[in-house]
Amino acid sequence: MSDTDRRAFLRQAGLVAGAAAGAGGLTALLHDPDGERGKPKTEDLILPAGGYAVEASSVLPVLGVATGNDVKKLVRGAITLVGGIERFVKRGDVVVIKPNVAFERAAALGATTNPEVLRALIELVKEAGAKEIRVADNPIESPESCFHRSGLHAAAIDGGAQVYLPAPGNFRNLHTQGATWIERWPFFWAPFAGADKVIGVAPVKDHNLCRASMTTKNWYGLLGGRRNQFHQDIHGIIADLALMMRPTLVVLDGSRVLFRSGPTGGSLADVRQGHQIVASTDSLAADGYGWHELLERRGEALPAYFKKAAARGLGQPDYKQVSIKKEQVG
Amino acid sequence: MSQLITPDWVKRRTQANADGSPWWARTFRITTIRITAQAFFFGLFVFLLWATWFSRLGGYPASLFLELDPLVGFSTALSTGTVYRWLWRGMFILVPTLILGRVFCNWMCPYGTMHQFTGWLFNIASNRLNIDRNRYRNIYGLKYLMLTVFLVMAAFGSLQIGLLDPICLLVRTFTVAFSPASELAQTNLAEVIRVRLGMDPTPILGGGGGHEQRIFHGAWFVGAMIMGLVGMNLVVPRFFCRVLCPLGAFLGVLSRWSLWRIDRDLTKCTDCNLCLKSCEGASDPQAALRKSECFVCFNCIDDCPEDALAFRLVPPTWSEKLVGDLKKGTATLFGKKVISKIGETVIPAPAVPKRRWFFAGVVGVLSYPFLRLSAAVNKRGFDEKAIRPPGSVAEAEFLERCIKCDQCINVCPTNVLQPSTLAQGGLEGLWTPVMDFSIGFCQLNCTLCSEVCPTGAIQKITLERKLGVAEFQEKGPISVGTAFFDRGRCLPWAMETPCVVCEEVCPVTPKAIGTYDVEITRWDGAKVTLNQPYMRPELCIGCGICEHECPVLDDAAVYVTAIGETRSDERSLLLGTSKKVKS
Repeated sequence: MSDTDRRAFLRQAGLVAGAAAGAGGLTALLHDPDGERGKPKTEDLILPAGGYAVEASSVLPVLGVATGNDVKKLVRGAITLVGGIERFVKRGDVVVIKPNVAFERAAALGATTNPEVLRALIELVKEAGAKEIRVADNPIESPESCFHRSGLHAAAIDGGAQVYLPAPGNFRNLHTQGATWIERWPFFWAPFAGADKVIGVAPVKDHNLCRASMTTKNWYGLLGGRRNQFHQDIHGIIADLALMMRPTLVVLDGSRVLFRSGPTGGSLADVRQGHQIVASTDSLAADGYGWHELLERRGEALPAYFKKAAARGLGQPDYKQVSIKKEQVG
Repeated sequence: MSQLITPDWVKRRTQANADGSPWWARTFRITTIRITAQAFFFGLFVFLLWATWFSRLGGYPASLFLELDPLVGFSTALSTGTVYRWLWRGMFILVPTLILGRVFCNWMCPYGTMHQFTGWLFNIASNRLNIDRNRYRNIYGLKYLMLTVFLVMAAFGSLQIGLLDPICLLVRTFTVAFSPASELAQTNLAEVIRVRLGMDPTPILGGGGGHEQRIFHGAWFVGAMIMGLVGMNLVVPRFFCRVLCPLGAFLGVLSRWSLWRIDRDLTKCTDCNLCLKSCEGASDPQAALRKSECFVCFNCIDDCPEDALAFRLVPPTWSEKLVGDLKKGTATLFGKKVISKIGETVIPAPAVPKRRWFFAGVVGVLSYPFLRLSAAVNKRGFDEKAIRPPGSVAEAEFLERCIKCDQCINVCPTNVLQPSTLAQGGLEGLWTPVMDFSIGFCQLNCTLCSEVCPTGAIQKITLERKLGVAEFQEKGPISVGTAFFDRGRCLPWAMETPCVVCEEVCPVTPKAIGTYDVEITRWDGAKVTLNQPYMRPELCIGCGICEHECPVLDDAAVYVTAIGETRSDERSLLLGTSKKVKS
């Protein structure tokens, strides 16, 4: 062997040894003996302890009911009755508003939240000094079409709020401790990143299966995944929804009442004017009021989900048991 | 002094040209204007595809490029005897072609631009090799034969130009492959920002499309096709444009009569062949210009070192005016010495022998029955899942009109519209729109597909027409099919389990799905109320939201088939069907 030959040999042998050692080291580093390491990791999302609720008040009523014809005044009136928007929204808050945008229907058909109600609510929240207002829902039909057709997109944008539409990356598994069915379920998380307050604003609707869809059922629109399984125990699911989301405030939009053919409706004959807006810190009390006074099912037993949610201490379905203040506005 | 402050590179750049023209003549050439036009039209094309969406459509002419495509107008005129809606816009391309030649191919066509750009970017060949690759070859006549086949078939009523028409092909590729791929990229990027950088991706990337990731049957094939065809530029420059493009062939036939063309000055041309260096069309400008092949890119004029080429209005046939012997080098032209050894300057028509035209015609005549006899597209034996969008004309007329551009699929907000596969629709139905309710559903208040269809395969309909209200009360709503229950798979019918998602989401009023409400004692002794669903076929419009929302995901317990669609009496279901809503 000549000198240069030896050098070439050493260089090449070193290269081979290095490559072999590198490959071996990398293999050891990535080794997955039982296949568990290779599975996708999902970290659960947890909402703040106690939810987004503000401190309970011993003075202020739980339910505020404003009656009249001017929707804008009704929203303001109802919220004033339960302490005014300043009680719920502080300067600099990031506020999520969840209307019901489930279907691609014109507002007058009552299948979605009245855009005028949303408009008035956004205006109030803005007055209170919110830094950011996010309007979000995950509708049944094509989200953009639902937001536009219902007028809720325009209402949100005009008011300076941002509209959050569901997209594939916007869902993460939410962990709801103690829920029967949805202890881990894909949750429309994007609007809740950094959020301080959550306000639900839902119409009053008949529902084919759970009989009534109001502020509690409204949280359905925050979930993704296989929602079409929920009907197998819809009452259990709604009780889970009440557990999952503890809102700052709910507004029950009784300006229109879809009293039959719900939740989709589709005919003006199924809608009557309700002339009422209800604001509450207790969504079960608000819905209980809606069942009796707005859907006008007085004397009929409440749907089963009320009882299930109440058993978890999530509210008082019998609105006559809570403090209520009514006012005629405008 | 000036030498001190003027850097060398500025001096080099601002030096006058050898012929005495100012420095900026190097930059502001006609080819520069051409490239600007190409960039503009490509941008416009992409913008209009992006605008083809519910919240962006506004008043944009979303299908403008398809309407400008004169082959779409001409072939549908052949197949239907009419020119639908905006298809007269094809005149905007047809007339300039008759005057200037195939300017469309190298100034406007977004697909041509994509090929040229790719070819340019990856071209590592020497000038000598490029010159060789840009000579005309006989295979470039193939496109004329394919055009003949397509047009003969169109005359019989089977429209197949969309398989290869560049605009249809590119719209389809963006719809089925590129745009969903960009959605996927955005989702993954958002995940990286959230997980790796720990930041909220929404303010950075926006909220996303507001819909699930769009997915398409056969996306892989459409993707493979564009990669293959664009990749061919590395082997044969402008392979698609020169060999396959039926629109190019159509414009090539027209351009034989064009008034302007590239002309060669025999007294200047030294037969150096440098004009072939970047000749896009392989049109032989160094010899007898093949008018039908010339893309009017003007590269040859740019590349000619002798200034022998120019774009001239009806130039004379110089060979007839030569005096003396060309071969011996004694030829003169109006007293000036002729330098070039090639006297011919033009071949106006496509170089395709008559017998080949005839053969292509025969192939076209035979292809029509071969395709149309496929059971998939007939009134018997049709695929029950080949459900056409609302507003579609009856199947035979549909196939006379649909150009497989997939604009309807692009605009569909729920992803229900899918390009039909070979297995489902045969070659004739390939890439035409059908609904797949396992992916989406036909949204009640939506008529967008009918809005963007350039050829009237989906006739433009109003919402009133679709829903059968106002002046259409008598006609009733448009039904695209009928839903059926599979009681063996339905939870309340077969599994003692409550459900009726289908009834909840049924959008018509009154609902087309009713329920028999029964209370049963379950196997474990529990009392359960079951709402067992049934169909009211008179009310069903076949929108498929029931099938889409059915929790029996893989093979839904309620499913829509094409029977009962209003567009065809042959496919009606109920006696005296005129699907009127009785409300």
